[in-house]
Amino acid sequence: MDFRTPLKRAQGLGASHHGVGHWWMQRLSAVAMVPLMLWLVIGLATHTGGGYEGTVAWLGNPINTVVLVIAFGVLFYHASLGLQVVLEDYVSHTGTRLALVTAVRFLAALLAVSAIFALLKIAFGG
Amino acid sequence: MAQFVLPPNSRIKQGEHHEAPTGVSNTRTFKVYRWEPDKGENPRLDTYEVDLDTCGPMVLDALVKIKNEIDPTLTFRRSCREGICGSCAMNIDGRNTLACIQAIDEIDGDVRIYPLPSMRVVKDLVPDMTHFYAQYASIRPWLRTETPTPPDRERLQSPEDREELDGLYECILCACCQTSCPSYWWNPDRYLGPAVLLQAYRWIADSRDEDTAGRLDDLDDAFKLYRCHTIMNCASACPKGLNPAKAIAEIKRMMVARQ
Repeated sequence: MDFRTPLKRAQGLGASHHGVGHWWMQRLSAVAMVPLMLWLVIGLATHTGGGYEGTVAWLGNPINTVVLVIAFGVLFYHASLGLQVVLEDYVSHTGTRLALVTAVRFLAALLAVSAIFALLKIAFGG
Repeated sequence: MAQFVLPPNSRIKQGEHHEAPTGVSNTRTFKVYRWEPDKGENPRLDTYEVDLDTCGPMVLDALVKIKNEIDPTLTFRRSCREGICGSCAMNIDGRNTLACIQAIDEIDGDVRIYPLPSMRVVKDLVPDMTHFYAQYASIRPWLRTETPTPPDRERLQSPEDREELDGLYECILCACCQTSCPSYWWNPDRYLGPAVLLQAYRWIADSRDEDTAGRLDDLDDAFKLYRCHTIMNCASACPKGLNPAKAIAEIKRMMVARQ
């Protein structure tokens, strides 16, 4: 028998006080992605004619490398924030949700570091 | 996980058919959700043929006519019959609205009437509003002040500051928006929902209230506020023409402004 009042249930554990941070960083990273992804897509599209050598040369250009390191960092950061929102929406079991959010964070970090490592390897002469 | 399919004991079965009396030509078919808590049966959809020549223009008129003349066991909430009390909120023709201000002739085909979505049903068209009201109570929806009221007058507010409450104070807490929101369907335990957040903003926007900081603190939460993904069902459902999504966006804007 649950004798807790409806108000007690509605109050739950209260506010976590870091909702706005997550939301704001998701917006900021989305805005940052617009030029970064355009740079990546246009760059790759205009350098497909150069073959392997041409693509490696384009990726190895210092400006391109810097932009793409930022782009991949932001991309996987944004992806992890977005997937967390999906999990919070649809996975109601707290333990399962926390485990999945943790897994998403770790996977995003692994993918971001791998992508950035690959870029730097090309930039510094593979 | 969020539930996407009704549990077996909630699946709706074909119900009884109440034909119109003979000699009546101008009829309309109403299909109404019925569920009785005492019988242990699945909910059913009863069909009523209603004579529109002897019925008022609104869906609530038809429901009252059904209860008075065809089937007195039909249960629903109603009070003011003019869109100000919010009692007769229900899902009509696939939309949450107030039965008393929904004209029958604005609906094409059979009039399908269900209780508000996602709420526990008490009986027929009566949903359990306990948690919704508790969520409303949890935002402490009253003027919170430190400064004592002036001894010789009320707390003053400029006409411009009063205008800030337009589009907010009209909310009648009927829960049409609340129960149209998919985010609220998935996380009703923690997400406050459009109606309660609009009410929260009504007090945040009030120039006389002195606890804006505390109110924003209480909402700064991934679940209480940020489950809103601007789906906009709330604005589309509101029978008073209000825009809860805009109020929620204002709260989010203030959250960012004070970072």
